Amino acid sequence: MSVQSAVGLAVLLPLAGIFLIGLFGRWPNLRETATLVTGFSLFTVIAGVILPAVQAGARPRLDLLEVLPGLDLAFEVEPLGMLFALVASGLWIVTTLYSIGYMRGHHEENQTRFYICFALAISGALGVAFAANVFTLFVFYEAITLSTYPLVTHHGTEAAKKAGRVYLGILMGTSIVFFLFALVWTYLAAGTTEFRPGGILAGRVEGWHLVVLLALYAFGTGKAALMPFHRWLPAAMVAPTPVSALLHAVAVVKAGVFTVLKIIVYIFGIDLLTTTGASRWLTWVAAFTILAASIIALTKDNLKARLAYSTVSQLSYIVLGGALATSAGVVGGGMHIAMHAMGKITLFFCAGAIMVGAHKTEISEMDGLGRRMPFTFLAFLLGSLSVIGLPPMGGSWSKWYLILGTVEADQLAMMGVLMVSSLLSIGYLMPVVGRAFFRPLPEDDGHDHNPAGGIHEAPFLCVLPPVLTGIGCVVAFFYAENIYELLMGIVAP
Amino acid sequence: MSGQLLDHLANNLPALQIAVPLLSAAVCMVLRRGRTAWVLAMLVAWSSFASACVIFNRVVQHGAISYAEGGWRAPWGIELRIDLLNALVLLVVTAICAIVLTASPRSLDQEIWQENHSKFYALYLLCMTGLAGMTVTGDAFNIFVFLEISSLSSYALIAQGTTRRALTSSIQYLVMGTIGGTFILLGIGMIYMVTGTLNIADMAVQLAAVGPNRTVLVALAFICIGTGIKLAVFPLHIWLPNAYTYAPAIVTAFLAATSTKVAYYVLVRFLFSIFGAPLAFGALRLDAVLMPLAIAAMFAGSFVAIFQDNIKRMLAYSSIAQIGYMVLGLSLVSVTGLTGGLVHLFNHALMKSGLFLVMAAVLLRTGSVRLEAMAGLGRRMPWTMAAFVVAGLSMIGVPLTVGFVSKWYLVMGAIQAGLWPVAVLILLSSLLALIYIWRVVEVAYFRQPPDDAPEIEEAPFSMLGPIWVLAGATVFFGIFTSLSVGAASAAARMLLGVGQ
Repeated sequence: MSVQSAVGLAVLLPLAGIFLIGLFGRWPNLRETATLVTGFSLFTVIAGVILPAVQAGARPRLDLLEVLPGLDLAFEVEPLGMLFALVASGLWIVTTLYSIGYMRGHHEENQTRFYICFALAISGALGVAFAANVFTLFVFYEAITLSTYPLVTHHGTEAAKKAGRVYLGILMGTSIVFFLFALVWTYLAAGTTEFRPGGILAGRVEGWHLVVLLALYAFGTGKAALMPFHRWLPAAMVAPTPVSALLHAVAVVKAGVFTVLKIIVYIFGIDLLTTTGASRWLTWVAAFTILAASIIALTKDNLKARLAYSTVSQLSYIVLGGALATSAGVVGGGMHIAMHAMGKITLFFCAGAIMVGAHKTEISEMDGLGRRMPFTFLAFLLGSLSVIGLPPMGGSWSKWYLILGTVEADQLAMMGVLMVSSLLSIGYLMPVVGRAFFRPLPEDDGHDHNPAGGIHEAPFLCVLPPVLTGIGCVVAFFYAENIYELLMGIVAP
Repeated sequence: MSGQLLDHLANNLPALQIAVPLLSAAVCMVLRRGRTAWVLAMLVAWSSFASACVIFNRVVQHGAISYAEGGWRAPWGIELRIDLLNALVLLVVTAICAIVLTASPRSLDQEIWQENHSKFYALYLLCMTGLAGMTVTGDAFNIFVFLEISSLSSYALIAQGTTRRALTSSIQYLVMGTIGGTFILLGIGMIYMVTGTLNIADMAVQLAAVGPNRTVLVALAFICIGTGIKLAVFPLHIWLPNAYTYAPAIVTAFLAATSTKVAYYVLVRFLFSIFGAPLAFGALRLDAVLMPLAIAAMFAGSFVAIFQDNIKRMLAYSSIAQIGYMVLGLSLVSVTGLTGGLVHLFNHALMKSGLFLVMAAVLLRTGSVRLEAMAGLGRRMPWTMAAFVVAGLSMIGVPLTVGFVSKWYLVMGAIQAGLWPVAVLILLSSLLALIYIWRVVEVAYFRQPPDDAPEIEEAPFSMLGPIWVLAGATVFFGIFTSLSVGAASAAARMLLGVGQ
């Protein structure tokens, strides 16, 4: 198989999966096998065929068609997109395993629709990852929004409907008003929207126009959850937990920050931003989001809500990495896409496992659960450490490069922000583990004949995935060099 | 021999566009059975569409076609003249006529007395004659004549609606439409006074020689107001919401996609071909009038649409907003802007007729077009509602649908003209579309129907087919844009006198 056709195949495979899922909708076992098979073959194509080529320095390209003069639907794989695709497709397999346990354990309805929309969203994420120009990226970006809407509103309740409104309103609204505007502007200024090393805007857009254009892109990418356009992410937590885990910790939100990073690197160009200082303001917006979201996370008692605000905060690390406009910053940001994905998906898996196993959603109710659900909470500990950024966890490396980036950019205040944020994340994550392991189980209060008796580990398929990804966080620490080498292809082509 | 015959037929296609529906309308009147009339009308409509395709193809390949009626040469005789602009409009109008007609029988059974069916089809064909006539003619006075043919038949078509409100709506439209027609007639009369000709091409030449004297400017203003009423430019739109709401569902789908589009064509033809951009936008500064009105329409129309509980009415207000986009396109007076306006004519015809046909199907099954009636339809009429979602996404302007293509050109035109705020307003107004479309989607997919609601089947295939042809077209022409954008941009260049 040529690398070129593999790129097309990667985007199409999930769609083929949809067909099978729909076909086997009546037989859950067959349906979920179809999803798994699709996931595995997708990962094989991406890791086995496309990755080696990109590592060897190739940039496989696939031109589909020209929609309007100068606006092509085309794919081209570069290191950053490669990494994102690997993360999204790899974690899709784990999430599918988890979904099987969770959706059955939780007796969810409309499971076929759930798996179909999930596959659609993954296809969209891969389209975003491989997009060769801003237009193609925009097409798939919107596809992700639309395909995840039915997942957010999965339960069909009034609350889900409201959340769906916020979700669609913010994501669609920002993308149409800001992002599309920026897209037209870029096209008119540069005559193309292709991603090119070094950017396409140098000498074409100048002065404060650069600042405005960058703002349009940064805020237009609602999925990056920069404040004040972050509200959709906590709202989306009404969705079933596998959705929160893969989409709202990995595929959807990472598609957002990936977009910001990619546009900074390949449309503006790091050099242009460094010499003009046009992205300096963005570091401050990102810093504000990092701190404010962490502080809000501290106040949340609902575990998923706390994790959601933690995600908002962590996403801005990546935006910050891009806005620093230094090579270490960009590499750190790119690496954080993978590292945070691994850590946060673990945390969400655990949150779901606690919900299935113990029927608890509030942190204050989780006293002593660690003894009943040791694997779940150990995995939670591993994920927490990685998100905080302590060695020997993968998250420590990306934070290391981000801090290097602040030094390179001579913005020591940002280094301070990252440090404080680490402390804050200890503050909002560690108490969960602490309560679970060091507090006793609550005594029988008379309402429930045996409150602790019914609590045990969630089904096997709900516990295995977080343990796997938790271990993955440790493994990532030792293999960070490979990611680093891959990403160096961005800054030193 | 047969080759010669075909050739002869091909040369006479422009005249047949008018003659065949006109004569068949008369035949329909005498047919007793509604279904027979329908078959005849189908035959006529689809062959009109086929001949429009042939004409379009010819114009693209060999340039404008001129046909002298009765062999009398222009400018003395009446000329039918088809260039890229009206070839495109003709293509859209005949296509929509044929597709909507295909979906009509079941809906008509429900809404119109059986004995009136053949008369209905006669009126339908008559209206089509008028619309096609306005499009293909190269004679200004003929435009008026055909306008009246299409208008009179559409008043009668609207009056067929099941409620008595249809009658008052029809009268309201009749009054407004007649005023509009009169303005146009007076305008044409004044140009005739100045130039002594009724041939469009000849008028343009003569007017350029005369220059902008007062009579010419008044004529221009009259024609703008007249076509403005027919086109329902804000604030001359008051006839439209009632007419669209109370007309039979099929009639709404038909008129919404054709009548205003042809009016837009007439406006473009007068402004750019006859008066010329320098006169209309230089001497009279029409753009300074039309642009604010267009923007007001975009917001007022969409905003009012958000609060409608009758979905047909909601779509009618949405039409007013969409007409705003088209008018905005021409008021930018640039190739990009005009391309946007013309391409939106094409695109909006597809989306809106699709949406109105969905409403016809919903009406057929639930007996209502109110928002409450849509509850649970996502499950009970999955294919129909899926088409609504697709066409609705296109209204919002999601990429890879036709709505995106229109928006792209309009935003680009606004930025190129240095009108940044206008570009922002275009994008903001599409958010309003998101709100009014999603209101319906939410009810259809998330609200449970009341327990005593009767069982409902999916729409019959005779309606689903046409609905999905239109919904599919909104996606197809959003991806493969060479036909619509190619013709629209070439027409825009021609109208503005810019070389290829």
